[in-house]
Amino acid sequence: MTTLVSDTRAVFLREMSLVLRDPFSIIFSLVQPLVFLGLFGPLLAGSVDPAVLHGQSPLQWFLPGVIVMICLFGTSTAGANLLFEISLGSYERVLASPIRRSSILIGRSLKELAPLVVQAALITVVAIPFGYTLYPVHVLAGLLLLGVFGVGMGAFSNSLAIAARKKEWMFWAVQQSLLFPLLILSGMMLPLQAGPEWMQMVARFNPLTYIVDAERALFSGTFADPSIAWAVLAAVLTCAVGLWVGIGQVRRSTT
Amino acid sequence: MIHTEKLARRFVAKKKVVEAVKGIDIDVASGELVAFLGPNGAGKSTTLRMLTTLLPPTSGTAIVAGRSIVTDPAGVRARLGYVGQGSSAGYSFRLLDELMAQGRFYGLNSSDALARTRQLVTSLDLTGLELRRVSTLSGGQKRRLDIALGLMNEPDLLFLDEPSTGMDPHNRANLWEHISRLRAERNTTIVLTTHYLEEADAQSERVLVIDNGMIIADDTATHLKATLAGDRISVTVPSHSGGRAAGVLGELGDQVSTQPLGAEMQVSARFDQGSRLLPGLLHRLREEGVEVRGADLRLPTLDDVFLSLTGRSLREESGVSA
Repeated sequence: MTTLVSDTRAVFLREMSLVLRDPFSIIFSLVQPLVFLGLFGPLLAGSVDPAVLHGQSPLQWFLPGVIVMICLFGTSTAGANLLFEISLGSYERVLASPIRRSSILIGRSLKELAPLVVQAALITVVAIPFGYTLYPVHVLAGLLLLGVFGVGMGAFSNSLAIAARKKEWMFWAVQQSLLFPLLILSGMMLPLQAGPEWMQMVARFNPLTYIVDAERALFSGTFADPSIAWAVLAAVLTCAVGLWVGIGQVRRSTT
Repeated sequence: MIHTEKLARRFVAKKKVVEAVKGIDIDVASGELVAFLGPNGAGKSTTLRMLTTLLPPTSGTAIVAGRSIVTDPAGVRARLGYVGQGSSAGYSFRLLDELMAQGRFYGLNSSDALARTRQLVTSLDLTGLELRRVSTLSGGQKRRLDIALGLMNEPDLLFLDEPSTGMDPHNRANLWEHISRLRAERNTTIVLTTHYLEEADAQSERVLVIDNGMIIADDTATHLKATLAGDRISVTVPSHSGGRAAGVLGELGDQVSTQPLGAEMQVSARFDQGSRLLPGLLHRLREEGVEVRGADLRLPTLDDVFLSLTGRSLREESGVSA
């Protein structure tokens, strides 16, 4: 008797086997966030209003932004692998098996998130000697929040891949068109306080803004920030809507 | 094993309705090997995809391996094996990882999946390739892996969608050797679609000829050829005798056709039991004063069956090959 958990585990293990068998992809994925932190950190350190930092290290502000960015990049491109499998035919074999349709989406998204945990742990540890103060419980809560959001983003990405399966270029066109506005309008890498008022207004409709704000609060060691409640709502909504859209797309994907 | 009632599928593309499958009724008994034969777009793959629950029917129903494709598609999927037209295995995965993953998809724990993987690797001649990436396997090895993936759950019913397309004759023969052994060992029911007419003829016990979304013939290949196609006799005569030769052939046979060959003409017709009629036919032509310069008796093929049923050639329509 299979369950949603066992089906999701089956999909996750299959996807992870691809990652684990390729040491170069693992090394590259671990180096990449360090490059982001090493290059963006010094560049942007002077641009953050000291009032935003509350006397803490600028890393307390940048590090969560980098982790959210890795999550966004990873999960938003999850559909690319699916697109490849659709074109070759192996996706059809997965559909012909008895596993639940939702497990296909969740398992594939979790595969994008698993390296994130390792990447986050690595850059967090590396950042400590440079002034970052670690709040382990808060960081774990932040990663859990990102996990929920990431499953939703991954589901959206896979839905896009299925919708664009007959025009592959469409996947990249839409993904790229949405990725950068989402990224910039969340204050992930640059504080929105420095931007024009209309930008700050638009950012309020971006669920990622709440995720970024909450991650910064959590990585700075607080659960009391009101942004966290909004972020939980944004993450749960993104996850629920993403899976709902995705399951519908999977069911229609063979027509 | 399979029972369908008025199974139909309609597609809407660019505001145009296409009736891909028009209410077909099929029965397949346990242990049978049945082939769907028809040109591209006839409805073969659509029917197969409905029976494997990859595509919901627009109307009608089907019981496959004891479960309804409409009310219990997951139950159907758990009981059948499916090998699609494309590669079933992920391009970048290792052979062993893909088989293990397939085992988990069917609810096997890791140790059971590994034990089943080992069985399949041995029985499908994939030993030594376990750690190879799928992308590095030969065409024949990939197709055998596809079959292994389709057999992971030890299904009583296996669907093969054009299993040997693109394979060279040696690998095709090898694949069929494996499939035949599987049937001998497990009495697996097999439903396949194929582009290869001779493959459907030689391997299947029953042929379902499908055209324009309808089953237009359902019988053994031998009986279909005997009753619908008949033998074809061709005689080569001087061009000026072509009309008389056609008249003689038309007396004893039907579907007379003529084809100029320079100063000669080839006249052909369909006959029941052509080998018995040929001596008498040659005698009649001599009586009519027709000089016969060549004669040929050709046993019927499934293409002749399709030609007889629809007036069209499968080979010409689909570019199908032997």
